Amino acid sequence: MRAHHLPPESLNPQLSTPLSEFLQQLLNGLSLGAIYALIALGYTMVYGVLRFINFAHSDVFMVGSFIGYYLGKHVPESTVWGGLVILLAAMLGCALLGMIIERLAYRPLRGAATLNVLITAIGVSLLLEYSGQVFFGATPRTFPAVFPSANYSFGSLVISSNQILVIVVAALLMVALQLIVYRTKIGTAMRAVSLNPKAAQLVGVNNDVVISFTFGLGSALAGAGGILYALNYPSIDPLMGVMPGLKAFVAAVLGGIGNIPGAALGGLLLGTVETFVNGSQWSTYKDAIAFAILIIILLFRPAGLLGKFTVEKV
Amino acid sequence: MPKPHLYLLAALLAALGISHFSDRIDPYHLDVLTGIGINIILAVSLNLVNGYTGQFSLGHAGFMSVGAYLAAAVSLFLGPKLLGAEGGTALQQGGMFLAALVAGGLGAAFAGLVVGVPSLRLKGDYLALVTLGFGEIIRVIFQNVEFLGGALGLNGIPAYTTIFWVLAFVALSVFVVSCLVNSTYGRGFLATHDDEIASEAVGLNTTHYKIVAFVIGAFFAGTAGGLYGHFKMTITPTGFDFTKSVEIVVMVIMGGMGNTLGVVLAAILLTLLPELLRPIAEYRMIIYSLLLIILMLVRPQGLFNFKLGKAKT
Amino acid sequence: MISLPSFVGARLVRALLVIARSAATRQSLYSAAARFAPRFLLLSLSVLLPHSASAASAPSGDPIKLGHYGSLTGKDAAFGVATRKGVLLAIEEINAKGGVLGRPLAYLVEDIQSKQGESATAVKKLISRDKVVAVIGANASANSLEAAPICQNSKIPMMAISSTNPRVTEVGDYIFRICFIDPFQGAVLSKFAATTLKAKRIALLTAVNSPYSVGLSDVLRQDFTARGGEIVAAQKYNEGEKDFRAQLTAIRPLKPDVIAVTGFYAEAALICLQARALGIDVPFIGGDGWEAPQLIELGGKAVEGTYYSTYFSAENDAPEVRAYTQRYLTRWNNEVPEGVSALGYDAVYLIAAAMTKAGTTAGPKLRDAIAATKNFPGVTGNTTIDAKRNSAKAAVMLTVKNGRSVFFESVTP
Repeated sequence: MRAHHLPPESLNPQLSTPLSEFLQQLLNGLSLGAIYALIALGYTMVYGVLRFINFAHSDVFMVGSFIGYYLGKHVPESTVWGGLVILLAAMLGCALLGMIIERLAYRPLRGAATLNVLITAIGVSLLLEYSGQVFFGATPRTFPAVFPSANYSFGSLVISSNQILVIVVAALLMVALQLIVYRTKIGTAMRAVSLNPKAAQLVGVNNDVVISFTFGLGSALAGAGGILYALNYPSIDPLMGVMPGLKAFVAAVLGGIGNIPGAALGGLLLGTVETFVNGSQWSTYKDAIAFAILIIILLFRPAGLLGKFTVEKV
Repeated sequence: MPKPHLYLLAALLAALGISHFSDRIDPYHLDVLTGIGINIILAVSLNLVNGYTGQFSLGHAGFMSVGAYLAAAVSLFLGPKLLGAEGGTALQQGGMFLAALVAGGLGAAFAGLVVGVPSLRLKGDYLALVTLGFGEIIRVIFQNVEFLGGALGLNGIPAYTTIFWVLAFVALSVFVVSCLVNSTYGRGFLATHDDEIASEAVGLNTTHYKIVAFVIGAFFAGTAGGLYGHFKMTITPTGFDFTKSVEIVVMVIMGGMGNTLGVVLAAILLTLLPELLRPIAEYRMIIYSLLLIILMLVRPQGLFNFKLGKAKT
Repeated sequence: MISLPSFVGARLVRALLVIARSAATRQSLYSAAARFAPRFLLLSLSVLLPHSASAASAPSGDPIKLGHYGSLTGKDAAFGVATRKGVLLAIEEINAKGGVLGRPLAYLVEDIQSKQGESATAVKKLISRDKVVAVIGANASANSLEAAPICQNSKIPMMAISSTNPRVTEVGDYIFRICFIDPFQGAVLSKFAATTLKAKRIALLTAVNSPYSVGLSDVLRQDFTARGGEIVAAQKYNEGEKDFRAQLTAIRPLKPDVIAVTGFYAEAALICLQARALGIDVPFIGGDGWEAPQLIELGGKAVEGTYYSTYFSAENDAPEVRAYTQRYLTRWNNEVPEGVSALGYDAVYLIAAAMTKAGTTAGPKLRDAIAATKNFPGVTGNTTIDAKRNSAKAAVMLTVKNGRSVFFESVTP
């Protein structure tokens, strides 16, 4: 039972003004955007290194939530250390899953036409979704409140601790990712493989290890995203990853696919735009808006906001 | 293929013949056969875009839905006005149905134009995502248009689809696509697929071919949609979503991109397979997705690609 | 008098001796046994017969085939699987008590995979290949609307489970439903909000990709405005979404007296959670789509004091309902029955009762018997099939109190 989401005592809705409503929507948008950013990071990293869209990424995200659900039963509720254990376990579990998928389904197809790998990715995605339905059951489950939660208010502005958690954890993970990619050996290897796989091999990089690591890292981020998403929206089911996955991909493209800060920026932007549209009278066109953004970006600025446009050499 | 028009005529006559005996066939089998036919039209039309022209489209179900809605709208709203309260004679109904299908096809073709033009600059994964996006946008639009039923969709669509119509359009679509790609003009599609830059360099207008592929592919997808609507008698916006597009893409991939016969066989197999797997309904989709993965790992050129040597993808 | 066992024993010994002799003289064992077979058979039967008297009520004869189509996989699977459990439980219970007209019920189910287009194929298969005499299903109105024309044309009675769109039963006189319809429920909610909660201004939250929600909202809006109330906000969302803060933030400054959420439980619970967090503390109301244990599990304190309309409740203290709940818990491993399970259960019993009353298991007589059902004592309430082939049932408003759904009041619009 969830006993935490009570209205904060200091809340005074009488004080709400258009400005405070705007700020509230902005806040909602940022926390939604942070989750999109986390998932988008996984997409962007894999695309950067392998040049293909990992359709199964959104389902790894879902598996992360379910790992948290099942482990949450063995960990006391509402404790910080309990929450951290769940977060780490989900990240590890998803990293493992991602690496297994890469090894079994994608590696044998390395060098084959990208469309074949795309289809395989779709197959893996469907497999995860439908296996989830059979083994986890299709009914939505309630995610336990693994972190202590409360609501804070400033006038009529409300923010929940889970929203803050999402923003903070997402920011920390992004910083960690930047550090790994730009300050470690394996990060350099990742960048090398993404620039030119053959040349990287020539200088002694073990492509297989690097690619496995990339998948593991991206999937770990998806797992973290899964836990944070489930904390904010406690209803989880095997098909929960489909829409967030597609939106996160749009976010990755918006920011510039292959570009890590770009994924973060894209996620935040998309989350905010979506939230504002959601609160307006056009709310049912929300999904269409996300795709419209995708199309516009790809038509007018395919490299995304922060990406660099590469000319195709003949 | 010498004198392909004769083949088309023969196919149409065969369709007439089969439909004559259709009341002797078990209704469930007839049902499956109709489903197979519709899927063949969808797969063959997508094959023109994906297989022959190399434009990876993941939004084909969107064109199907445009055709389905337009054809249903013609039958439901214009039908009573033109045919009168009685419903008209069989010939009149047939004529109305043909008009509805053509209208659906043309509407879908227009949608194909709208989607095709902006997508010209994109390749590979990006193109796939944009077409997916268009498919989703079409779905959201239909969900919000009250006049076309909104979320509930349209129902009570008259059941005009008979095995004759389905087989006739199967024959027509296969005829058009085969003749098109095997003609001199049609070499342009293959050239566009193989190497766009080289084609442009020798003076071929790849833009033209890409748009034509999208438009014709969309036209037939639209007619398939119209046939579908008058077969199931109910259509909803969510029925034409990304999952449906993926199903059609899988048929093209399994048949071997750019291989019409293979695609036809794959469409037949992939329509029959879920029916055969009905007893284990809960595990059906798991087996289906596993099949997909294994197929890609073991025989990526498609199950029914009998071309010698490495097939083009 | 020689006792039966020794008589048999003697015969046995003789038979064995004959077989032994035949083995010795290479006579075929089979021909030897064949000579004794008829007598042997009779003897063994006479020994065995006294022991088989207890199973006299087991149904025998050709099974009566009941078809069920619903989503067992895909995004609507939760409803289809729950319905199936209720249907199966009912069939098993009926067969244990001797079946219908002495014959057992056979259960045939087809998965429509939450996909459009599958319902038509599923019922065609059930009707023409499996030769079912009646069809149960579906949950969503869109799927029922797809299958109904086929059942109507084949003259097979169809009992829709939770399809509340009025158009379903309008397809033909062989189509029925075990639930009430949107116009009824919308009117119930409107009256409750206006009279009991004394609301003058309502905010509406509709799931636009659910025809059920759209229908319910439309009726609620019409009825409430006809009563002189005002709809201050009509926000929309999509089923399957998780974030409603945007819509709630937009509703907050308009200060409605009551907020109505006409969609399903998962979104309703999240909406209540997020609303309370935003400081919105007015009562929430909803329809039968709210009914599921997950509503309280997910919503917790946030759904305390909310109201929703339904047919009956598993929390209900009526003895039949409690007994049913207990049997369901035992059969399905402690899974609490949902509304659709109870509807499926009642559907089977109603059809079985109609069969018994009509004295036949198929055809127009069955249809007429179903149509003539009056005051059928179902676990979802006392049911009468009305002239439009919809179920006239009382609607009850439940409220969530201390973590349970409890009866609040009965409403007739």
